[in-house]
Amino acid sequence: MRLSKAWIVASKDFKTFRKKKSILYTIIYFELIVSIGLPFLTRFAASRNNKVPAASILPSLLDAFSFLYVIGAALAPLGIAAYSLVGEKVQKSLEPLLATPTTDEEILAGKSIAAFLPAIAATYIGALIFTVLMDLFTHSTLNYYYFPNSNFAIILFLLAPLACILSVGYNILVSSRVNDVRTSQQLGTLVLIPLGAVYLLSELKVFSLTTDNMLVIATALAVLDVIVFYLVKTTFRREEILTKWK
Amino acid sequence: MNMIEVKNLTKQFDEVTAVDGVTFAVAKGEVFGLLGPNGAGKTTTIRMLCCLISKTSGEAQIAGYPIGSSADSLAIRKMIGLVTDNIGLYEELSAYENLDYYGKLYECPEGQRKERIEYYLKMMDLWEKRDQSISEYSKGMRQKVAIARALVHDPELLFFDEPTANLDPESARVVRDIILKLKKDGKTIFINTHNLDEAQRICDRIGILRTKLLAVNTPEQLETSTWGTSKTVFQLEQVNDQILEAVRKLNPRELGVEDNKIILVLANPLKQNPEVVQQIISAGGRIQYITQLNPGLEETYLKVIQETK
Repeated sequence: MRLSKAWIVASKDFKTFRKKKSILYTIIYFELIVSIGLPFLTRFAASRNNKVPAASILPSLLDAFSFLYVIGAALAPLGIAAYSLVGEKVQKSLEPLLATPTTDEEILAGKSIAAFLPAIAATYIGALIFTVLMDLFTHSTLNYYYFPNSNFAIILFLLAPLACILSVGYNILVSSRVNDVRTSQQLGTLVLIPLGAVYLLSELKVFSLTTDNMLVIATALAVLDVIVFYLVKTTFRREEILTKWK
Repeated sequence: MNMIEVKNLTKQFDEVTAVDGVTFAVAKGEVFGLLGPNGAGKTTTIRMLCCLISKTSGEAQIAGYPIGSSADSLAIRKMIGLVTDNIGLYEELSAYENLDYYGKLYECPEGQRKERIEYYLKMMDLWEKRDQSISEYSKGMRQKVAIARALVHDPELLFFDEPTANLDPESARVVRDIILKLKKDGKTIFINTHNLDEAQRICDRIGILRTKLLAVNTPEQLETSTWGTSKTVFQLEQVNDQILEAVRKLNPRELGVEDNKIILVLANPLKQNPEVVQQIISAGGRIQYITQLNPGLEETYLKVIQETK
C-alpha cells in the first residue's frame, strides 16, 4: 500500500470538508461545549456554592468530565465518515475513483485518514483548552493543578484514538449499507452507546475509572477495532462496492 | 496490433449469467461500439475490461496485459480512461480541482498534469470556467469534464459507457465531436451505447450484445449480412425497353420497375452502380437521382435482437 495515494484521497476529502462547512461544525460543537462550557459551568457552580464542588468531590467530577473526550473522539468522525463515503455514493463518483490505478486498501486508508485526523485533532485542541481552563478555575479550590495527569493521558493518547478508529470503521460499514448522509450519521451514533454506558456506570459508581479499568477498556476497544477492521476490509472491495453496495 | 482481445469472457452473478462466452477483438486506433438492450451485459463487459469486477471464466487482454491479476489490474487501469454512465464528479470542487485530483491518482507529474488539464479544458471550451464549482455546471458541461477526467493521464484506450445518454441533442453532438476528435488523434475507443445513429456515425465496428455477442461487423457489413444486398433505386425521366435491356446486360440479381424508377439488387453495388449509370446514359436515359434503399442500423439491430428472443 502506497501511503502517498491514500494521502491524495484524504487531501481531496479535506478540501471538500473545507468547502462544506456543515461537516466541520459537527466536529466543533461537541468540543466547544465540553472544552469551554464545562470549565465555565464548574466555575459558575463553585462561585454559587462555597461547598460544592468542594475539593473532595472535584477530582472525581473532573475524571468524569475527562472521559467525555473518549465519547467526543467517537462522535467527532461521524459527520465526516458518513459524508466521505455516502457522499461518494450520492455523487456516483465511486466508479471513476475505483477505475484509477489505486488499490482498495489505499482508498480505504485515505477515507479513514480523512475522518480520523480532523476528529482527533479537534479532540486534542479541545482537551488543551479544557486543561488550561479547568486548571485556571479549580486551582484555588484544589491548591494544585489537576491536569495533566496519568488518567487523562491514557484517555487522550490511548482511549480517544481507539474510540475514534472504532467510530471511523463502524461508520464505513454503515455507509456501505445506506444511501443518505443523515441515515448514516443516525446509525453511526450507535457506536456511542457502549462508551456512554461506561460513562454512566462510572457515574453510578458501579466501577471507577481507575488506571487499571481504563486499560481494560482500552483492550476491549482494541479488540473491537481489529474486528471492525476485518469487517471493513471484507466490505470495501471493488466488486462488492460496484455490485452490492446500495 | 489488438488493444483489446476477448475470448469466451463470461460473468455470472450467483445464478444469473450477465455476459456469456463473449469473443471479440479491438484493433489499435479502432472505435468499437457495443449495442444492446438494458441488462444485456454491456456495462458488466466494460467493468470486467477495466478490472473493476472479476471475470467468472474466459480470457481478456488489454494491450497484452491479462485481466484478473491484481498487479496487471493496476497497469491496465493506468493505461485506460473510463467515462462512466453516471458522470460522478465532485460537486463541491471546481472542474480544475476535479481533474487535478484524478491527475494525481493517475500519477501524472505536476507539470504534465497542469499542461494536460489546461489543454483538455480549452479543448472542451471550459477553461474560462475552470474555477467554478461543478454544481454550477450544466449537464453537458459536466459530461465534458467527465471526458477530460478520463483523458487527463493521456490513456491509449478509452471506454465510454453511454456517453450521450440524458444529454440534449446539442450537448450530445458536442460529445460526439469530441469522440471523433479523439478517434482522429489515434485513440482506441470502446463505446457502450443505445444510440444507433451515434454508433453508425462514430464506430468502425459494432457488436450487438444480448448476454451473448450476437454479431460483430462494420455497420455496413452488419446490414448486408442481416438483410442481404441492399436495393438501389434509379429515378429516370422516363423508363423504356431500350434502357431496361441495357441494364439487364449487367445481370442484376433482381430488377423491378415502378413508375419511372428502376429498382435493382446488385451483387456488388459499389462496383456495379457506376456501370448501371453508364448503361442507362448510353441507352439515352436521363437520371434524376439515385438512392440506396437501406434498412438502416436500427432495423438491423432490432432484427438481430428479435431473432434471439
